[in-house]
Amino acid sequence: MPSPVIEARDLRKLYKETAAVDSLSFEVAPGESFGLLGPNGAGKSTTMRMVGAVSTRTSGELSILGMDPNENGPDIRAQLGVVPQTDNLDAELRVRENLLVYGRYFGLSRAVVAQRADELLDFAQLSDRAKAKVDDLSGGMKRRLTIARSLINNPRILLLDEPTTGLDPQARHILWDRLFRLKEQGTTLVVTTHYMDEAEQLCDRLVVVDKGMIMAEGAPAALITEYSTREVVELRFGSERNADAAVTLAGVGDRVEVLPDRILIYADDGEAALSEAVRRGLHPITSLVRRSSLEDVFLRLTGRSLIE
Amino acid sequence: MTAVSEPRVQASGDASRPGDPKRWGAWYVAEHELRRVPTFIVPALATAIGSPLLYLLAFGVGLASLIKTGGTSGIGGVSYVEFVIPAFLCAGAVGTATEEFTFGVMMGFKWNEVYIGMNAAPISPRQIASGHILYTVIRMAVTSGIFLAIALAFGAIHLPAGLLVLPIALLGGLAFGVPIAAYSATIREDRGQFAVIGRSVVLPMTLFSGTVFPLTQLPIWLQWIGWISPLWHSTQLARDASYGQVEPGWLILVHVVVLAAEFAIGWAIFTRNTTKRLNR
Ligand SMILES: Nc1ncnc2c1ncn2[C@@H]1O[C@H](COP(=O)(O)OP(=O)(O)OP(=O)(O)O)[C@@H](O)[C@H]1O
Ligand SMILES: [Mg+2]
Repeated sequence: MPSPVIEARDLRKLYKETAAVDSLSFEVAPGESFGLLGPNGAGKSTTMRMVGAVSTRTSGELSILGMDPNENGPDIRAQLGVVPQTDNLDAELRVRENLLVYGRYFGLSRAVVAQRADELLDFAQLSDRAKAKVDDLSGGMKRRLTIARSLINNPRILLLDEPTTGLDPQARHILWDRLFRLKEQGTTLVVTTHYMDEAEQLCDRLVVVDKGMIMAEGAPAALITEYSTREVVELRFGSERNADAAVTLAGVGDRVEVLPDRILIYADDGEAALSEAVRRGLHPITSLVRRSSLEDVFLRLTGRSLIE
Repeated sequence: MTAVSEPRVQASGDASRPGDPKRWGAWYVAEHELRRVPTFIVPALATAIGSPLLYLLAFGVGLASLIKTGGTSGIGGVSYVEFVIPAFLCAGAVGTATEEFTFGVMMGFKWNEVYIGMNAAPISPRQIASGHILYTVIRMAVTSGIFLAIALAFGAIHLPAGLLVLPIALLGGLAFGVPIAAYSATIREDRGQFAVIGRSVVLPMTLFSGTVFPLTQLPIWLQWIGWISPLWHSTQLARDASYGQVEPGWLILVHVVVLAAEFAIGWAIFTRNTTKRLNR
């Protein structure tokens, strides 16, 4: 097993009294694609800033590429690519200029930066906007430019904090493809996202964080097996009748969950569960049998009232 | 999409690598900020050229004729325009510095968060603070240099010692501006603080720093403004250089030491506040 490129042990960050991150421990192997999932305020961005060596931890151990961010911040950052949650492009400069100035921060020569800038503009499909003012770009285009900028130094570790927020489906798929290729070349990825399909697509392994603590850890498929059933049945009876129907459904499948608009039955065999519901005399307005997803795991772990 | 491949950025630590950000980081920050100059170069140049001409016209032709009747012994026997032009040159540098060290700093932290991006790259907060200072020095050097060239051309400042007015004006700008930058770095919300600085610090300082009349004309209980004012110290030095105003050696030393100290202390606090602010 090669030694991890990121190692966090009891990582903690306090803002005044509140713990934004509370004793997180995780490791990321070289070339791995690692996800941080969690609800708003879970501490994902705070963790990203500590890993990005710009925010000092309150306590715990943190090692990035074998270095301590408290001691070797600039050396670590020289080998990172960072896509922050909010873009911080220079809105006063033009698109290509943003890449030029940023490349210089890594000590790259003007000639190298100019060449990389053109390649990255191509990658981000912004070549025809190279001379546009950043202010005049759409939100998604700015996001693409931020992502392109993060690659200017050919980073060993890429930190992506909600990289695809604001991107259209085309851009999202292009980015996934691109990230996949980077991974093939050995780049380590750390991703936060609120899109569970994205996490399933991108992450070899992920942690679900809530209130600064890890709730679960594993590969997406393993987490689904562990925290959900193979399939889910979604039934709608109309909002007044859901509660009554749930009583009738007691014992069907592994678990029944009542939501305001529908009832979910977690079962390994969805069709069988549905037949059982019909056999008990229920006539849902609509019914749907689907595979369990990471979203089911996420909602289970981070809260929604459940009838076990 | 094309394949993008280049050798990776080397783990530094060895500061001999050409272009190493550890050594050149502050320059890269300045280089970045200089790239924005084209967006405001026209009005900036117009002001840089126009204001010395206006001052020369107003004080060389207009006011001077009025003041001559009262004699010039109070200002050391030089013409009034020779007396005020070094002061306005220094005040101009202070003006540029004030702009860059208030709004300019606020831009980088908040309105156009580039400092956060620089810091995510290998640039340290210290280099960001120093880089912004470096950029401002370059900007002041250009505007004050234009002013000086025009003043020399009109004989309002005299060669060769008059050339020293340029570094003096820059030092004055830094001595005033960098402590202000230290304060600006702590501002989270713009609640008109900069307008307050303009009205309650810059304006009185400009009026009571021996700029348009000698400090000694003021009652002693107002003279302290000049003693702590970077503008008074830089203006006095500029007069020493531009027309050979005679001041005792110890006083010249005091001017230099006060300016250097204000700049150095401001720089240290600006660095500290930038470090604190960026470490979220
Ligand atoms: N600079 C700060 N000062 C004070 N509190 C902060 C600061 N940054 C974050 N917090 C707090 O820390 C907690 C975690 O915030 P963080 O931004 O890490 O969450 P997140 O998981 O990224 O959320 P989101 O999904 O909304 O982006 C929140 O309660 C937030 O209010
Ligand atoms: Mg976040």
